[in-house]
Amino acid sequence: MIGFNVRGTWSIYKREVMRSLRTAFQSILSPVLTTSLYFIVFGTVIGARMEPVDGVAYGAFIIPGLLMLTLLGETTSNSSFGIYMPRFTGTIYELLSAPVGVAETLIGFVGAAATKGLILAAIILVTATFFVDYEIKYPLFAALYIMLIAASFSLFGFILGIWADGFEKLGIIPLLILTPLTFLGGTFYSIDDLPEPWNSVALANPIAFLVSGLRWTFYGTSDVPIALSLGLTLGFLAVCTAIIAFIFKTGWRLRE
Amino acid sequence: MQEPILSIAGLSKVYSGGVKALDDVDLDIRKGEIFALLGPNGAGKTTLIGAVCGLVRPSGGVITAFGHDLKNDWRSARARIGLVPQELSTDMFETVERAVSYSRGLFGHAPDKARIHEILRSLSLYEKRSSQIRELSGGMKRRVLIAKALAHEPELLFLDEPTAGVDVELRKDMWEQISALRERGTTIILTTHYIEEAEEMADRVGIIRGGKILMVDDKASMMKRLGRTEAVLQLAEPLSELPPSIAAFPLELSADGRELCFRGGDGTGKGRQQVADLTKALIAAGIDFTGIDIRESSLEDIFVSLLTEQEEPA
Repeated sequence: MIGFNVRGTWSIYKREVMRSLRTAFQSILSPVLTTSLYFIVFGTVIGARMEPVDGVAYGAFIIPGLLMLTLLGETTSNSSFGIYMPRFTGTIYELLSAPVGVAETLIGFVGAAATKGLILAAIILVTATFFVDYEIKYPLFAALYIMLIAASFSLFGFILGIWADGFEKLGIIPLLILTPLTFLGGTFYSIDDLPEPWNSVALANPIAFLVSGLRWTFYGTSDVPIALSLGLTLGFLAVCTAIIAFIFKTGWRLRE
Repeated sequence: MQEPILSIAGLSKVYSGGVKALDDVDLDIRKGEIFALLGPNGAGKTTLIGAVCGLVRPSGGVITAFGHDLKNDWRSARARIGLVPQELSTDMFETVERAVSYSRGLFGHAPDKARIHEILRSLSLYEKRSSQIRELSGGMKRRVLIAKALAHEPELLFLDEPTAGVDVELRKDMWEQISALRERGTTIILTTHYIEEAEEMADRVGIIRGGKILMVDDKASMMKRLGRTEAVLQLAEPLSELPPSIAAFPLELSADGRELCFRGGDGTGKGRQQVADLTKALIAAGIDFTGIDIRESSLEDIFVSLLTEQEEPA
């Protein structure tokens, strides 16, 4: 009996990473450019006139939020596109007929999407140093938390790519749900500064917990307890994993 | 008797819309043979292949490949099976060599550039190894699909309509490739619309219609059992009825008595001898004729006649 297919997993991972490199301008330079513009406008120009938030200079305060904005959008899009394209072109036949199961497929596709997310995060953090001064208080926690977020939203994107039956559906969640929720999730402000009832409304947004959690790893301050942010992220990861396991078990939208 | 390399028992598939694509299919495939699965559109050929290769979830039945139950030990079985799909589904922006190497890795094999190059050479793809697949012609894309399926050196290869949409020259070329694979010991199951293809290459033939296997037999046995000789004699003078001296032959008059049609014999050529006897009997009876058209029935005739026999009455 053959066990876990290591070479198969590596093949999927390598091909997905190469696919991202093939479209490097779109997949790496474009989000970096967009984030740089945010730093210029909000961090340098407007940020210079803003008061520090929770003792953190405004330009530095928005770094975790902007990082989250890119991370969520890119990992979700990349992962969803990665599995949707083989479905769309029909090349998924090869994956389905190969000796690879849910573990190999997930590690390959989601791992590649998460890797790209981490590379982007690193580039954005380096880019940020050109515009604002900042120091990460808990760098190890920050790295682990970024990895957790990248993995979770890559899994989410994978589900999206299997659910979508057209390019419109593929783009609708990152553009119309994730981006607005990240903007409203305290990217540019502290939720604690919002008056009621907007403070309570903002806390109904799960992305606010993620932004807050990442900000804690950067500066040690957060709108909600870090344990809550971490618990929510781990819970989201578990739910996405369970949904994908169900999809593979039933063959939903994969096998007729 | 040799253990079959693939054994299908009671396989059924009902799609969510209620369409019954496979209905209690039993089929055994022998090691090293070329098996042609023939059937009209919608007969269930692709569904059958999909069920074995993991693209379709069977509704019932058991599939065993290389002694492994595909439901429980699918990894071991799939690692030894290759599939060339009917559709030209390829990653258009990938180069030929990378696409084939990817397939090898996906099936758990270590990279082997020399082996990949050997496969590309055997399919006349070596010169195109650095080209993106989108730059290739339809026939070359189909070769890439075959190369991808061969990359992990499968022992059992499914070819779903391998020559659909390719020109005559390339089709003959593909037949040579398939024969070469068989010589290397690969067991091949192919579906085709071109009966000529099955006739040319297959050792055994299965006929499927409406999700049911109607017949499985050695090609030679099938031809012998169901083959016929057909001869049409153009008479110099029309006949109103068959004279008693030739009434024992399987004959009928047509074209207002101007043609005498013989349908008899079997696939062994026995019918030709009977036609020779008939001509002697005609001469002896003083019946003159101006020409004879004689032909042996092809696999296509057998295929069409079997399907016609199975047609439900309206």
